[in-house]
Amino acid sequence: MTVTENELVLSEESIKAALAPSIERPSRASALSASLTFGWRAMLKIKHVPMQLFDVTAFPIMFTLLFTYLFGGALAGSTAEYLRMLIPGMVVFTVCTITMYTGSALNTDIHKGVFDRFRSLPIWRPAVLVGMLLADAVRYTIAALVVTILGVILGYRPGNGPLGVIAAIAVLLVFAFSLSWAWSVIGMKMQTPEGVMQVSMTFLFPLTFASNVFVNPETMPSWVQAFVNVNPITHLTNSARGLMNGDLVVSNIGWVLLWSLGLVVVFAPLTMRIYNSER
Amino acid sequence: MGRSGDHAIEAEGLVKVFGETRAVDGIDLAVPRGTVFGVLGPNGAGKTTTIRMLATLIKPTAGRARVLGHDIVEEADAVRSSVSLTGQFASVDDELNGRENLVLLGRLYGFPKAAARQRADELLEAFGLTDAADKLVRDYSGGMRRRLDIASSIVITPELLFLDEPTTGLDPRSRNQVWDIVRALVSGGTTVLLTTQYLEEADQLADEIAIIDHGKVIALGTSAELKAQVGSEVLHVRLADVAQRPVAEEVLSDLLGERVEPATDPALLVARASGAEHAADAVASLARAGIAVSEFSLGNASLDEVFLALTGHPADATDQPDPTDPTHAAEREDAA
Repeated sequence: MTVTENELVLSEESIKAALAPSIERPSRASALSASLTFGWRAMLKIKHVPMQLFDVTAFPIMFTLLFTYLFGGALAGSTAEYLRMLIPGMVVFTVCTITMYTGSALNTDIHKGVFDRFRSLPIWRPAVLVGMLLADAVRYTIAALVVTILGVILGYRPGNGPLGVIAAIAVLLVFAFSLSWAWSVIGMKMQTPEGVMQVSMTFLFPLTFASNVFVNPETMPSWVQAFVNVNPITHLTNSARGLMNGDLVVSNIGWVLLWSLGLVVVFAPLTMRIYNSER
Repeated sequence: MGRSGDHAIEAEGLVKVFGETRAVDGIDLAVPRGTVFGVLGPNGAGKTTTIRMLATLIKPTAGRARVLGHDIVEEADAVRSSVSLTGQFASVDDELNGRENLVLLGRLYGFPKAAARQRADELLEAFGLTDAADKLVRDYSGGMRRRLDIASSIVITPELLFLDEPTTGLDPRSRNQVWDIVRALVSGGTTVLLTTQYLEEADQLADEIAIIDHGKVIALGTSAELKAQVGSEVLHVRLADVAQRPVAEEVLSDLLGERVEPATDPALLVARASGAEHAADAVASLARAGIAVSEFSLGNASLDEVFLALTGHPADATDQPDPTDPTHAAEREDAA
C-alpha cells in the first residue's frame, strides 16, 4: 500500500532553514560508533520484518529434533546419552550454517541504491560490513540459545551450568564472526544471492559434516579422520563440549582462536578490497 | 587548471573504461561555486559514470579531477566530507522508515543520538514528510522517496550536491517540487551538479550546461548560448496533412536555404530562419504550394532542437532504453 500524499507546498524558507541546521556540525564519527550504527540499522530491519529470524529459530529446532530422535538411539545407544554429545555440537553446527546467510544478505543489500550513499560518506569504510557482521552476532546468539534451551527441554543438562554455556557461545561467536568474512567475499563477488548460497554450501557442508559434530570420528576411514582432526569445526565442537559439559581441553580453544585470526587476516582485507574497487 | 577557490569541480580528461566500453571518454569540466551545472545527455551517455567518479564511488581509468580543491583519488575522504550524493536509484533505505533513514545518517555523520533525532525531525518537517516519518520507505510514493533522498543529502549542509537524474520517473507535480528544492538549495549557497536526460530540466535549473553523448562533452554553455549555436530563431510548421510533408520540406529548404531538421513528430517541420520576413515568405510559399498548415510559429530553439542539431539524433529517443541493447550495458553495470 502506498502512503497517500497530501497537497504539499514546500516553502523555500523552510528548506533554507533546514539547510542551516540548528545544531553544530559534529566531529567525524569514530570507527566504533559508525560500526555500531550500521549494526543498529540491521537490528531495525529485524524489528520491521521479524520473519527474518525464521532461519535462526525454526531451522535449528527442526534439525535438533531430527537428529535427536532419528539418529540418537543408533549413534549413542539412547537419545539421552546422545544429547550430551549432540547439543554442544548442534549449537556449533547451527551457528556455522547460519553464517552462510551473511553472504547472501550482503549480496542483496549491497546492490541497493543506499550503498551509494554509504560509500559517499566520510566514515571508516569497513564500518558498513563490520556493523552488519556485529548484528549477525545477535542472530547467532539467538540460534545458539534456541538450540541449548530446546536441548534442556529434551533432557540435556550442561555439567558446567549457565556460565559454561555462555563461555561456549562466546567462543563460537568469535569464530562465526571470523568465518562471516569468508562469506562476505563470496557475497560481494557473486551476481545473485542464490549463487552466493550455492557456493557457500559447497564449502560449508563438507566442513560441518566432516567433523565430530554428529558422530565420533573413530568409525571413519583414516583419511577422513585426518581431515576431521584438522577441521576447525572439530576444534570448535570440542571447545563447546568441554565448556558446556566439563572435561575441557584448552588447546582446542587455542586452535579456534588461531583459525579465527587467520580467517579475519585473510578475508577482511580481501572483502574491503573488493568493496572499495568493484563499483 | 585554474585556482580551485573559484571552482567547486575541475576535471581534466576523465576517462572510465568498463571492459571494452569507454563509458566516459575524456571529459573536462569546470563548475563555478554556487552555481547549478547541468550534465545533459541520453541514457548511456556517461552521465552517471561521471558523477560516480566525482563523488569518489569509482576511480577514473585516466584523467584527474579536483572537487572543492581536493583530488578525487588522493584525497577521497576529504571530498566525501563536503559533498552529498543523491543517486539515480534513490539512495534511501527501503527497509527502514523515513525518520530512521535520517537518524542513521545523522549518527554516521557523528551526531549524538538526541541531536541526530532533532536534525531528522527538522528535515522531515522542511520536506513535508512528518506525517510519513514512521512509515517504511518502501511504501513511499516516488515523489516522497525523492524528497527523503534529498533531505538525506543535506543532513550535513553539503558544499556540493550531486543529483543524478533527480526527477526521472516522477510525475509533473513531484518534479516541480524537486525543482523548487534545488532552487532553494542553490540560493542557500550550495553548488549543484545535476545530470538529466530532460532538456527542460536543464533549461529550468542549470546556469551552465554540458551536453554529453558517447562519453564526450559535445557542447558547453548557458542555455541561451547553446540555443544560439543552432541559430537564434527557429521556424515551426505543423502540417494539417502529414502526406504533404515531402513537398513542404522542399518548399521550405528552397526558400530558406536551410536543411529541414528531422523531427520525431511527422507533422512538424523545424527549420532555422534568419528573420521575420523569411518567416512571412515561408507562410506565403506554403500557401501557394497548396499546403495546409495547422500551426505556425517563429521562436527560439528549444534544447531539444539543440541536441538534435548537435548529435543528429533526438535526446529522448533513448528515454526508455531497450534492456537488451548492448550500448547501455556500461551504464547499467555501473548502476548495479
